[in-house]
Amino acid sequence: MTWLKRTNAALGAETLPLMGFAILVFLAFSLATPLFVTGRNLSSMAFQMPALGLLTLAMLVPILSGGLNLAIIFQANLSGLTLAWVLIQFGGPEAGMGAFLLGSLLAICVGALSGAVMGVVVAYTGAHPILVSLAMMIFLRGLGEFLTRGGDISGFPEFLNTIGYGTVLGIPVPLIIFGIAALIWHIMLTKTKHGFSVYMIGSNIRAADYSGLNTKRTLTLIYTFSGVICAIAGILMLTRFNSVRVGHGEALLLVTVLACFLGGIDPFGGFGRVLPVVIALVTLQMLSSGLNLLGANQHLSTAVWGLFLIAVMALRWLGGRLRNGKGED
Amino acid sequence: MHRLARDYPVETRLFFVLLAMCVGLSLATDTFLTLGNITSLLNNNAVNLIWAVGLLVVLIAGGIDISFAVAASVVQYLAAQVFMTIGGGNWAIGLVVAAALGFGLGLINALLIYRLRVVSIVITIATFNVFFGLLMFFTRGRNIYTLPDWWTDRIFIFEYQSANGTWSELNLSVGIMIFCAVATAILIGWTTLGRQLYAMGDNPEGARRAGVNIGFMHVLAYGWLGMMAGIAGLCQVNIAKEVVPNALYGRELEVLAAVVLGGARLGGGRGTIIGCILGVLFVAITQNGLNLLGISPFAFQMIIGAAILVAISTSNIDLGLRRKAPAP
Amino acid sequence: MPSSSAPYALRLSHVSKTFGGLKALDHVDFAVREGEVHCLAGENGCGKSTLIKIVTGVYRPDPGAAIELFGEAKEGITPGEAHELGIAVIWQDLALFPHMTVAENIAFDRMVGALPRLVRKGQARQDVSAVLDRLGVTLELDARLHTLPIAQRQIVAIARALMGKARLVFMDEPTASLTQSETNALLEIVRTLSSQGVSVVFVSHRLAEVLEISENVTVLRDGKLVGLFPTTGLTQSRLGELMTGTALSADVKAQDRSDAPPVLELKGLTRHGEFEDISLILRKGEVLGITGLIGAGRTELAHAIIGRSQPDAGEMKLNGEVVQPRNIRQSIAAGIAYVSEDRLSLGLIQPQSISDNTAMSVLDRLLNHVGLISSTKQDTLVTDWLTRLSVKYGQTSDAVSTLSGGNQQRVVLAKWLATDPKLLILDSPTVGVDVGARAGIFRIVRELADRGLAILLISDEVGEVLMNADRVLHMAEGRLVSEYDPHQTSVDALEAQVYA
Repeated sequence: MTWLKRTNAALGAETLPLMGFAILVFLAFSLATPLFVTGRNLSSMAFQMPALGLLTLAMLVPILSGGLNLAIIFQANLSGLTLAWVLIQFGGPEAGMGAFLLGSLLAICVGALSGAVMGVVVAYTGAHPILVSLAMMIFLRGLGEFLTRGGDISGFPEFLNTIGYGTVLGIPVPLIIFGIAALIWHIMLTKTKHGFSVYMIGSNIRAADYSGLNTKRTLTLIYTFSGVICAIAGILMLTRFNSVRVGHGEALLLVTVLACFLGGIDPFGGFGRVLPVVIALVTLQMLSSGLNLLGANQHLSTAVWGLFLIAVMALRWLGGRLRNGKGED
Repeated sequence: MHRLARDYPVETRLFFVLLAMCVGLSLATDTFLTLGNITSLLNNNAVNLIWAVGLLVVLIAGGIDISFAVAASVVQYLAAQVFMTIGGGNWAIGLVVAAALGFGLGLINALLIYRLRVVSIVITIATFNVFFGLLMFFTRGRNIYTLPDWWTDRIFIFEYQSANGTWSELNLSVGIMIFCAVATAILIGWTTLGRQLYAMGDNPEGARRAGVNIGFMHVLAYGWLGMMAGIAGLCQVNIAKEVVPNALYGRELEVLAAVVLGGARLGGGRGTIIGCILGVLFVAITQNGLNLLGISPFAFQMIIGAAILVAISTSNIDLGLRRKAPAP
Repeated sequence: MPSSSAPYALRLSHVSKTFGGLKALDHVDFAVREGEVHCLAGENGCGKSTLIKIVTGVYRPDPGAAIELFGEAKEGITPGEAHELGIAVIWQDLALFPHMTVAENIAFDRMVGALPRLVRKGQARQDVSAVLDRLGVTLELDARLHTLPIAQRQIVAIARALMGKARLVFMDEPTASLTQSETNALLEIVRTLSSQGVSVVFVSHRLAEVLEISENVTVLRDGKLVGLFPTTGLTQSRLGELMTGTALSADVKAQDRSDAPPVLELKGLTRHGEFEDISLILRKGEVLGITGLIGAGRTELAHAIIGRSQPDAGEMKLNGEVVQPRNIRQSIAAGIAYVSEDRLSLGLIQPQSISDNTAMSVLDRLLNHVGLISSTKQDTLVTDWLTRLSVKYGQTSDAVSTLSGGNQQRVVLAKWLATDPKLLILDSPTVGVDVGARAGIFRIVRELADRGLAILLISDEVGEVLMNADRVLHMAEGRLVSEYDPHQTSVDALEAQVYA
């Protein structure tokens, strides 16, 4: 019992049940199809998950602070577009590593800037983040379509494949990038002043302000960092698809929110951790890949993701009822 | 007038902005203030407006719903099956069937939100995925072209031929839109149910203690939006003449932006039909005006996004100042 | 005034209520006559709310209780029945609707019901005006509720309760957020109701007004009946003893600190429309009380000192140096700590842990050599401060909302003392704190002063300020009007000045 309590305290109460769920899903698919536990499937999962994972990290912190960032997909797209533009300026397929680094830097700047604008508006005008990010989303989508005329941009150098498809010591590069990002996010949230402020702001921004926390700076940083991670996701998506199109990954927007809620992030803000969200992401990926192996298409797994979220909410509600079931008040 | 400006600051401001835009566009182009342009503006926005008044009810009640656009697609698909089974039908049957199917989908949202006590955005994101995923799975993403004639035939409720021979018409959808807006206005503004919806959005605990049936109010709000979504889906098919499963996907956020722009408050308790209509018109007229001014269609979204961003930021600065006025 | 022979509106005997093995009420008797103003007194958690909820049908009592309403014996009551009988409750949080108009709020209860009906606005307005006339007040019917001050919202809540045929009205802590003059106006309304034959059950832990308004007091302690007492001849201290079960000391603790060095010096500090020309000196180890009505500019002055707002004129010196913090972070750095009057929404972040709430203002001191927050350092700091202030808690990871009001206030103090302040501003530090726990808070305040902290004590509880401050300043309409020595001033004399 004390072991259980200590684990819960260290990892968050959501982690163990979710882990159980993940294992259950894993076992179910392993039994259902011999194709599931194969190097090929596992590695394809490991290559697919990171883009969604990075975007989920971009969604996570705004939700923790009591907001939401609906612009993440188009922030990623526009950052990718920036990188693509730089690569094309330097000769497209002939562009070198320097061009890639410069392009990535500019891409991150674009992500950060679009995030910072949202952060400043949220922090200084008190506008609701859902609305601010919704407006930013519509703006960025429009800007992207304006610049690309709705088309694809492709023709990038070969070496980008090492990022999108390469491995280091057998671990896919995208997964390494995601792992590092998740670790940084975990440390940021649990060990830094900024992370501390995020949780406090998520629960009660006025009281946080009265206690001397710099709420405006924190809010601005939250959306700036969210933009930075979107940019990294955008760069990763460019290297995976070898092309950029505005609207690429649009369907992932609500999946990131779903992953956060599945990972036990409080929809009102103030509570939640990175680790359970990562487990939730792995579970969602297994559901999607497993169903795919069983012959279902992508759309069925979208439906299953939704049902899965409802099921988790229902179980949580049942658990709550059983715990507090006796007596009123 | 002064009272209006005080009680409905967002609506009043939006009204004047719209007025200025209309005057500006009438002067800048000779095509804006023509019957043809205005009727096509209304025809093109009937669907959005029906959704908007439905969404308004949910926002007033303190919720949010982003599943309504895909719910409308589901209704289109199911309705097509129903009409095929009964072998035809007509507009009256069509409206009843679409409203009932939509209500059913709204009911799913309402019961999950109320029973599981989960915030509405979580549940409607889940049902959004479920509705859309299942719809695409069962239709395999294919369009339906074989629809009953009554459904795809144009019906005009207003026709006018101007001196130079061009026709201006209003679709049946516009009539249905007006009916939906009036019905919603009566519901929220004139009935005791409307008062209870506002109360629940304003102070849920206070409403519960006053004896408001919270579960019933959820059913009413989400069911109403579901109904509107279904009816809007019916109208959209009449305009598009086919059922495309992913045609409406993604339109929910724009409708949400328009309604909130019109003064409805995320969190409940505030919002008016007039504001909601103004919000939809603002987006529509901006788009229409840019089009008439010959600005590249790819720039529409960008400018609308920026306009909404500015509108939201400035309206909140105002509110901020007002909030400071009475000493805490 | 009704005579003591008026028939009973409500008679309860042997009422018990058990929640999961805990007795919230244990064989309590309670009776109210028609037209009587009856007080229900007791500390938080004594069973007052449970009793109200039983009478209004929210809870069912345990078997064995006898309930008699307006002369009729009842087996049990449903909320609908209670409403029918004319029993109304004005909850402490008022349960009103901020974005609705005054008229809509007052007439709301007739809107309830699943059957749709058209709203008859004209009829409703007439009835609302009639009720307000009956209360002898005027309100703008079309004003949105959230634009009204709290005192007027309270009146809206009372008017709403009277829209039905209210015969027995419960008021749960109606004065908790009112100033004394607003309270007086409310008490006047209660008397009006009583003279119209309405019984009022007044729940409060402000002893002075309990004694002033009611004919009888029923005191509860830990779910048990202490007794029924007529208010004639009852004193505040006796009533306090009955409620807490222990004798309270009421000594003046003032000391002379006039030779200590000044910590805070204000010279002509002015913020137009809030306070004018405030000059004062607060010395090391001194507790300086500022009393006056809410709206006298007390909280606004505190806000200017901590940098939440900027003064238009004047000068502020801290330990002899001119300072002008632009925000709370700068004021913390300068050594100023501010305990807000609104503990629930500004003082603490209720759902977050005791530990994080305590450590919030001193994060910089918890960083390790790589700039990350060290949980060891946080634990050490937090447990140290919680022990020093004798906070009773389960674990530091529990939500701060699980603590009692008095213990929460100690956590607020811990949070601010951790910043090592030179000046501590306490703004109404005992709001929502039980009578018994208040003494504990003031014991801490005195200890802190003895250790050299300069303390500015702001409150409209005149008696409390007089008992605990070394000097008392009276603030009215944004100005300091006079100074009092607690040794030479009686509570009654100062109250007469403040509420004049």
